[in-house]
Amino acid sequence: MQLYSLTVKDASDKLAKGDITSVELTKSILGRIKQVEPKVKAYITLCEEEALQSAKASDERRKNGKTLSEIDGIPVSLKDVFLTKNLKTTAASKMLEDFIPPFDSTVVKRLKDAGCVILGKVNTDEFTMGSSCENSAFGPTHNPWDLDRVPGGSSGGSAAAVAADECIFSLGTDTGGSIRQPASFCSTVGMKNTYGLVSRYGVISYASSFDTIGPLTKTVEDAAIVLNIIAGNDPHDSTTVVEEIPDYKKFLKKDLRGKLIGVPKEFYAKGLNPEVAKILDNAKKVLVRLGAKVEEVSLPLTEYAIATYYILVKSEASSNMSRYDGIRYGHSALKSGIENNETGLEEIYFKSREEGFGPEVKRSIMLGTYTLSAGYYDAFYKKAAKVRTKIKEEYEKLFEKYDVLIAPVSPFPAFKIGEKINDPLSMYLADVDTVSINIAGIPAMSVQAGFTESDNLPVGMQIIGPMHGEGKIFEVASAYQSATDHHLKKPMIS
Amino acid sequence: MSVCKGIMTNLSNDEVKHIAKLSRLELTQEEIDKYTDQLSSVLEYVEKLNEVNTGDTEPTANIAGLNDVFRDDEVVVSGISHEEIGKNAPEFKDGLLVVPGVFE
Repeated sequence: MQLYSLTVKDASDKLAKGDITSVELTKSILGRIKQVEPKVKAYITLCEEEALQSAKASDERRKNGKTLSEIDGIPVSLKDVFLTKNLKTTAASKMLEDFIPPFDSTVVKRLKDAGCVILGKVNTDEFTMGSSCENSAFGPTHNPWDLDRVPGGSSGGSAAAVAADECIFSLGTDTGGSIRQPASFCSTVGMKNTYGLVSRYGVISYASSFDTIGPLTKTVEDAAIVLNIIAGNDPHDSTTVVEEIPDYKKFLKKDLRGKLIGVPKEFYAKGLNPEVAKILDNAKKVLVRLGAKVEEVSLPLTEYAIATYYILVKSEASSNMSRYDGIRYGHSALKSGIENNETGLEEIYFKSREEGFGPEVKRSIMLGTYTLSAGYYDAFYKKAAKVRTKIKEEYEKLFEKYDVLIAPVSPFPAFKIGEKINDPLSMYLADVDTVSINIAGIPAMSVQAGFTESDNLPVGMQIIGPMHGEGKIFEVASAYQSATDHHLKKPMIS
Repeated sequence: MSVCKGIMTNLSNDEVKHIAKLSRLELTQEEIDKYTDQLSSVLEYVEKLNEVNTGDTEPTANIAGLNDVFRDDEVVVSGISHEEIGKNAPEFKDGLLVVPGVFE
């Protein structure tokens, strides 16, 4: 077995025993990146030298008995929306092509304080707006299982890098499925946490009341290890939890007997690919065999989730994107020929934004500006914010009885690059199984559930929990993963 | 064209130009045409929310139900200098961002 294919758990065990060094592990991954990156194209920025330096520092610490955490010396990739001090952070946008942040986001600081080795920044849809990674200003990432297909998005770079063993784990963001859907498409674990569990400070915003941060890992256990490091209160983000967070590892390897699992029938309605349906049915049978009781339930408002989501999210996005003005940072028309003394302030705004933003970001700003504008606010934004309340209540009611719900992550496996890019509405509709979870603010995980027979494409199962019910998700996901071997399969990249 | 509380989901070229202006985006005619079609189809789709009876339901802004979150009123120094921040600005002089005059 090559070092680059290790999990967080196995790598940290080997580091602790002295079987390997962080430098050896990091070199193995850098070698793997050289080998597969020309095909996968997961990275926007690779920091080879800095990674080797921090690996060396980790080995020094270990030698002196000063190891910082369980993940000291473990190489990680970061979606390119996490601000990294003195390391370019682009959001996959021409707008931030040359942006060098002067500080670290809280999560990056936590990973650094834990001794992690940062390999570089990975691809995403521009400003995380998209479900395929095709909206990146720097070109698409390719799915390691089939290079002609998308890795999903927006955290497609993270999922592809984990699946292709170009890092031991990755951090992504999930506003409407952006961790779970690529995890499903690439056969990794992807954990979308309760809103406010992980600090958003220093993470480039898409829709602030929906954005969440979480790990993409090879196993459920790894997700628990990483979540232990990144979760918890941050004085810099007033929406973070104030309560103490549990040790998520204590929810692993539990018995499922007595667990009650709901299967919301609306997620299995027409449009679900029959091969995906079959895989999920098999997954359900495994849970039953492990002792869980599974019952069909109903979430009638699911049908309105996409409409609610896109109104609210694009509204928030249009507001968040207004900070890019070509004056303080980011792409500026002042750099591309306009002279400061020859022009008005407004012209700088118009030109900088026209040049800096790609098509989906412009579409989002336009849609959000419209739905927030005078005369339309009540009919669109306020209406959607009310439906949001009802969707949240619908979930809360189910969780009074059920421990978790299981559902598809996506109605279909990874689609071909180019297939949906010219039809924004069909791309939006592809998010049907993930967005309602963000509307309700609750946690959900995508866990590897199998592969399609026709094309050998990965399919994930979504395990949904109540607010701050990450532990319940870990219980079910860990038991399921212990009883299956889908997560052990690796793509042949050729 | 479908009308509900006076809302049109079928946008005209001129409306899209107006939205672009509010958005501070200088769009080409090609972009305006494209967004007219695409935004209309999205707006037509989201109109289905009118089927949901929201009666006296309160809107949700923060999903955890947070309202005002207070901290102690203490000055905390960021440790980042003006110059470090200015590095990302197109024009930065004497610790200040340079912009064109706004009064004529």
